[in-house]
This record gives sequence, structure tokens and C-alpha cells, in this order.
Amino acid sequence: MVSDAPAVQRRGLLGLAAWSLGGLAGCAGSGAVAPALRPGHPADAADAAYRLANRLSWGATDAEVDRVQRLGAEGYISEQLRAAAGALPAAAQSQIAALRIQTTPPLALWQEIDAARKLADARPTEAERKAGQDAFQAAHNRLAREAMHRHLLRALYAPNQLQERLQWFWFNHFNVHQSKSNIRVLLGDYEEHAIRPHALGRFRDLLGAATRHPAMLRYLDNEQNAAARLNENHARELLELHTLGVSDGGAAYGGWGGYSQRDVQELARVLTGHGVNVTDKTPNVKPSQAGLYIRSGLYEFNPARHDFSDKTVLGRVIQGRGAAELNEVLDVLALHPSTAAFVSHKLARHLLADEPPPALVAAMVAAWQRHDGRIAEVLGVLLRAPAFTAPAAAAAAKFKDPMRYAVSAVRAAYGERVVLNTLPMQGWLNRMGEGLYNRQTPDGYPDTAASWTGSGQLAVRLEIARAIGSGPAGLFKGEDPALQPEQPAFPQLARAVYWQQLRPLMAASTRQALDSAATPQDWNTLFLSSPEFMYG
Amino acid sequence: MDRRHLLQGTLLGTAGLTASGRLLAAPAGSPRFLLVFLRGGYDALSLLVPAASQGSAYRELRPNIAVVATTASADKPGSVNSPGPLPLNSDWGLHPALQASLLPLVAQRQISFVPYAGTDDLTRSHFETQDSIELGQALTGRRDYGSGFLNRLAGLMQGAPGALPGSDAIAFTDQLPLALRGELGIANLSLKVEPRGGDDKLRAALAGMYRDHPLQDRMAGAFEVRQDAARQIAGVAPAGMAGEQVSANRGAINAKGFELEARRIARLMRERYALGFVDIGGWDTHVGQGAATGYLASRFEELGRGLAAYADELGAAAWRNTVVVVISEFGRTARENGNRGTDHGHGSVHWVLGGSLTAGVVVGEQQAFEAKTLHQNRDLPVLNEYRSVLGGLLARQFALSPAQLDGVFPGARAKDLGLV
Repeated sequence: MVSDAPAVQRRGLLGLAAWSLGGLAGCAGSGAVAPALRPGHPADAADAAYRLANRLSWGATDAEVDRVQRLGAEGYISEQLRAAAGALPAAAQSQIAALRIQTTPPLALWQEIDAARKLADARPTEAERKAGQDAFQAAHNRLAREAMHRHLLRALYAPNQLQERLQWFWFNHFNVHQSKSNIRVLLGDYEEHAIRPHALGRFRDLLGAATRHPAMLRYLDNEQNAAARLNENHARELLELHTLGVSDGGAAYGGWGGYSQRDVQELARVLTGHGVNVTDKTPNVKPSQAGLYIRSGLYEFNPARHDFSDKTVLGRVIQGRGAAELNEVLDVLALHPSTAAFVSHKLARHLLADEPPPALVAAMVAAWQRHDGRIAEVLGVLLRAPAFTAPAAAAAAKFKDPMRYAVSAVRAAYGERVVLNTLPMQGWLNRMGEGLYNRQTPDGYPDTAASWTGSGQLAVRLEIARAIGSGPAGLFKGEDPALQPEQPAFPQLARAVYWQQLRPLMAASTRQALDSAATPQDWNTLFLSSPEFMYG
Repeated sequence: MDRRHLLQGTLLGTAGLTASGRLLAAPAGSPRFLLVFLRGGYDALSLLVPAASQGSAYRELRPNIAVVATTASADKPGSVNSPGPLPLNSDWGLHPALQASLLPLVAQRQISFVPYAGTDDLTRSHFETQDSIELGQALTGRRDYGSGFLNRLAGLMQGAPGALPGSDAIAFTDQLPLALRGELGIANLSLKVEPRGGDDKLRAALAGMYRDHPLQDRMAGAFEVRQDAARQIAGVAPAGMAGEQVSANRGAINAKGFELEARRIARLMRERYALGFVDIGGWDTHVGQGAATGYLASRFEELGRGLAAYADELGAAAWRNTVVVVISEFGRTARENGNRGTDHGHGSVHWVLGGSLTAGVVVGEQQAFEAKTLHQNRDLPVLNEYRSVLGGLLARQFALSPAQLDGVFPGARAKDLGLV
């Protein structure tokens, strides 16, 4: 810290100099300044490019806006829908490549951690056993933090920004909670193999991968669901939260739901036997059913636990025959009109507005049905709608949830410069009540302004604006400062994009407040606290 | 949406803030309620220990972790002198770690324990059971995760004609707990760390940015709650703790910090709030929980010290109008497990503290503690369902009508244990 102080100060001064220049330019009047700085783009096109980048990505950066302008709106949208925009910057990729969740399959991670605990459990003294327990928990926590680190680095720097937005969205849709039953060791695999490959693909594939992933089977207790010992937890959430939506919901959008308690019970029987196996052993299965046994990593379908009688789900008779029954039900659910409406509405609410236009949602539903539930096709309708890039009145704009707020702030402040440490961000997200993998309940985090704008929540957000606006905030300091001392850094928010695009669109009261800032730190804090940055 | 907005506008516009934006003081005579949630399921059978009069089952089920009198002996390394449980009545004793902090309250009849208390939720899942308790809804039927029972209580108080200033609720936590989520927008402010007020310069600039904005009132509230807390709390430190030590404790999550946190909470509750919530983790003692001394004993000691400090910091007048309830999601197994700890169980012991309690030291329905009376041959049954017990208590403290109480705990039958 001490040795870095002069450097930090110098950066601060540079920031101040840039800010002062900007301030002087601003005095001449925003309208007069902007055209001189804007290289040959009509103002409204530049503004639309900014809005598209800002709404589609984890937050506008100079590079993101440039990309939109270079490719054109349609080029940018198609690239993002194909997840074809290239690799992460090396400074981020190398951090990800070093993670254990990246190099080691979850079964091996699980067994390694568990073996260490078993050794410790066999020790003679309580102190040793307690130490073993602590080490076991610490190992799990470390793996969860690795998954968070990877998730945040990708959100901050991946060129496939839309895919990363959806990665978060789908995790939240198929939510699991890290604190239940050591799910922490599974988080990285759940994201990487259940969600990520399908984030823009067929909803049916995503649904199948999430439903059968050990993290989900464990989180919703389906590993304990067996013939004659039914557990309805997973079945209910699969219908209510993952596909059809709560019965009688969504009246303004054509309605969704349409299942009964009986359907829940029948689906629970379909789900029997789908479970988790953390050992190398194979359970005893009758020879006649041995061919029905399935094992893949930690996932297991155990016919000995399955209810083989016929079921009736949503009026359709499902012939009892093993794991294939679930596929048959998921096929029906993925293309059900309620699922199309429920999930399309949720996507539009997330990416556009708390109450998206019903006609737009209806068009998304039509695309869902036309294109076999292909998510990219459904999203294409949303992203290409005039509403998506139209200037929104403050009241209709989307209030950023904490994740979007934190990531967009760091992107705005540092652009392409890759952070070394995301622990401060993980902490901010937890403080703002939207920590990664930290939603206890299967419904996922709420997605409307009303959930995030309590006075206490705003107070925390203002503190975090202050933390981000005032300096490097620990983002450029390795987890072990002895190995990676803090790099000098200062958030660069009063950049050309502010003067060119943002300022002219800001309310006079926001411009006034920013102009009253006495220091770059105050300016940054006010900028990150402004209605224009909180919404978007 | 609109209705919610209106409610929140009312909260900040009239009940909480004056026209000048200052929080009004809570009148000294108005009732105050603090819920302390011990997350993790604390071992209630180490807190309230069956006395010898209840037979030997307790010691037999817990050969290594029973809270009993011990003497230090050179032959047995690590052995200590402990008086064993402190007798509360002929049936129950209190964990000796609470001698200094809570025995004075026992002597003044300012604390009652309700054994065999808890929820009928039998999942024995932390997650499920904490949620169901905080939501306070009937176990049958669909859960509404957007409606906690303390939020519903706060709504009643806010919505009452002529609601008193200072009838606000607050969560002293980093995240708004389920218990306080719902229709009313309720502030959360963790006091583990001393709140900073922020500078007025930015406050004015922010107010300017949000003038006539839909968030205008809540932005003002954000500053007000925090700055007010900073003003009220400035300089609170336990007697004899130097400033340097105080700052060294900042952000510490061990319960040593709880006394300091409790004093901060007391300051705010005394001056501003009618309903408060705080939670304390670290009670999930599957391994090596200790007995008369050890891990759990230290947690009890720290918690007891914090609760006594809370009463002390409130002062006699506010303490007379205060009720503190300490609950946890479930009790633990009556038998110790193979790791000198205990696993998830069912019935718990609730603590009730306050300056005007009117009941005995151990209250509510009880039964003899014997191996054969265990619930599912595993843990304590629930004879005092929490919605009934809390309902009876809150109805008395806040003079709620049966209809109002039904709004807080729908469908529950209040059980008046005469606690206040």
C-alpha cells in the first residue's frame, strides 16, 4: 500500500486533469461541445448505438459502442445472437484457465474434498476433527468463489455479452442455492455444462440439462425422490418456475400455468430415480433393469428407485419405462404455450422493462412456436423491436438490479482493463442482496424495480457508488497482495462518451449536480448514483 | 405496483419523516419489539437443561456433551470447574455461561423461556424452516415469499389511523430478511460496523438529481436512516473498551462483536424504531459443541452479554416498553451424535426478555423430559407453536384485535402465555 501511494496519487491527478478539462468544455454548453468530439455520426444514430450496447450488454463501454457502430445494429445483434464474437482478453482468460473448476471434473473435486474430511474425521482429537470440518468448508467455499470469479470476469469482458447476460438470467431462472448440501462444488459445472452451452440454444435442451444436473437434483431434493417415497419439491418447481408458470399468472400476457396438484404428483413419479451419486460405486439393480441404469459424472438414473407404473401428466399418458419418461414430459413442457408465454415475458422483463409491451411478448411467443423454442429466435424479436433501442422515459426504463449495476459500473469505470480480483464485487453483490448463487429460494432473484429500491437498499447502493467512484476499491490487488501488489487505478467515467452521448441526454438536474462536484471522486460517485446510471 | 408505491410514500412522507426530512423520535412510552433469530438451529437442550428431578435421560442421551457440574482434576487434562446448570425452577436449569449476564434478569423477572416451542414444519431443513417461520404463514397452501410476518405487523402499525411517529420497522442486517419483506418498504442497516453518515455535500447534490423523480422520497429516506443512525450511535462503546479496540472489532463477525452491535441497535431502537430484527449465525453444532464450556458455551456467553447490554443501553424507561424474543429454526437431536455434536431436530426453546414481563421464568406447555417422550425418538416435540405464542405476545404488546392478529399470522390461534 505505502509504496503504491505516489503512483495512486499520480493517477488521481491525471484523472483530475482530465476531469477539469471536461469540466471546462462542459461550461461551453453541452450542445456546442458534442459535435466537435463526435466523429461523423448523426447524433441520433450514435445515441441509438449507445442504447443498444447498454441494454444488450452488461453495460456500455467505449469498445462496445464502437462495435455496434462498426457492425451496425443488425450486424451487432446477429453476432450476439450467434455468440460468435470471439475470445476473452488474455488477461481475463489466463485467470479463468488457472481455476480448479476449469481443470478438474466435479466428481474428482468432490472426492478429493470428501477424502480429506474423512481422514480428518478419523483423527483422535476434537480439535483435529474440527479443523478437518473447517478445511472441508473452506475448500467448498473456495470452489464457489472460483465460479463467481469466472462468472464476473466473463460478464465484464466476454465479447459475447448477450450470452453472458443470459448465463446469469438462466441461472436465476433455474436457480440453485450454494449453501444447500455442499452444492458449492457443483456450481462451476452447472454453469459451464448445463446452462452455458444452451443459453442461446433450444429451450428444450437447456431445460433437460438443468433438470438433470446434480446441483438441481440435490437443491430440489429429487435425489431423495423415489417410488413410494415421493418428494414433490422438484416436480412442483419444474412446472411452476421452470416451465408453465404459476397457475392463473400473467393475465395481461395471455396467461400461463394450467397444471393441477395431480400433475405435480404424477410428475414427481416421473422424476423418481433421477439422482446424484458422489461415489465410484454402482448401486444394485435387478438384472432385468440393468440396461436402464444411467451414470454420467455425478448424475445417476437408478431404476431401482424409479416408479415404473404409467403416469398422466397434463392429460397425456406417460408409459412407465424409466429415464425416457422424463424426456417425453420435457418435450411437452418446453413447447407448451404457457411455457412460451411465461419465459418470453420473463426475458422481455429482464432485458427491456418491468412491464414489457404485451404485443411484443406475443410476437416472441409466436417466434417460440415457429422456431421450436429456439431462444436466439425469440430474443431476435425482442432485440430488433423498435422499443429496444427507443429512448425510454425515466419511468419506463429498467432499474438496474444489483448485478447489472455493479458490472456496468466497473465496465464503465475501467473498460477493457481487466481486474485482478472480483472479491470486492462479490461483496458488493451480497451487500446489495443479489449475491451470486446466493438466492435461497428456487424462484430466483426478483426482477422489478420494486424489489431493489427500498431506502436501505438505495443507501447501500450509494455506498457502493462511492466505493467504486473513489478509487481502485481492491479490484486491482491480487488475493495475495504479496504476490500481486495493488496496481494504481482510478475510475475513468468522465470520458468522451459522457460528453458526447450521455450528457446531452441527461436531465438538467443531473448535469447541475455533476457540475457541482468538487473532486473527481465526488463526480464519479454522483455519476454512478444518477438516475441516468441507475436506470437503463 | 401503484398501491405499493403509495404505501411507501406514506411511510416516508408522514409516519417516518417530517416535512423537513427528519426522523421523528419514538415516544418513550410506545412499545418496542426486537426479534433475534439464531440461524443454524441452536441446541436448546444445552440452554435449558432438564434438572435431576426429570430423571437421568438427559445425561444418558448425552454422555459427552451434557451440561453438568464438573471439577478440574489434574488427572483429566482440559477438565474445568463448572457449577453446572443454574437452577431456574425444580425442572430446569440454565447454562452456566449465562450466569453473569442473564441471572440478574432472572432475579428481576425480566426473562422467560418457552421450551417445546417451534414450528410444525418437520423438514428439519434450515432453509425451509427459517423461511416458514419468517413468513409466518399457514403451512398448508402456497407460500408467498413476498410477505413476512414482521412486515405485515409493521403494515398494521403504519396503516392505523393516527399512527405514531416512530412506528417504523428496521432490519439490522445486510439484506432484508424474509420476515420484513412485503408490502411496506422497510429499511435494512447492519450495525456490525458503525454506520457512517456520508457527507452532506453529496446529499444535497443527490437530492437535486432526484427532485421530482419517483425515487425522490426513498433517496431521502436512504440518507436519513443512515445519517440518523450515525448520529445516534456515534461513540457507543462498551465500558472500558478503548477506541482502538472498538475500531479493531469493526466488521468482526464473531459474537464478541455482538455486545457492541447490540448497544448500537439499542440506541436506534430507543430513539427511532418500534420493530427491529437481527440475526446471528453459527449455531449449527454438528461437531464438538462442548458442554459447560467449549464452543457453544462461548456463543451463549456472548449472546447473553449482548442481550444484557441491549437492556442496559436502552435505559430503564424504554426497557419497560420493550420485548425481545430470541428464536431459532429448530432444536437439535436429544442424543449426541458421533462427533460430540448434535444434528437437526425439532422443538426449540424461545427466549422472551423485557422490562415488564409478567410470567414465570419457564412458561408454556411442557412435558417430562424422558427418552420415551421424545418426538420421533429423536428430538423435542413442539407443544407451543411459534405463531400462537408470538401472536399472543404481540397481541398483548401492541393491543391488536383478533382481526389484526389474523393479518399478521393468518389462521393462527393466539396462545396468551401472559408474558406481558
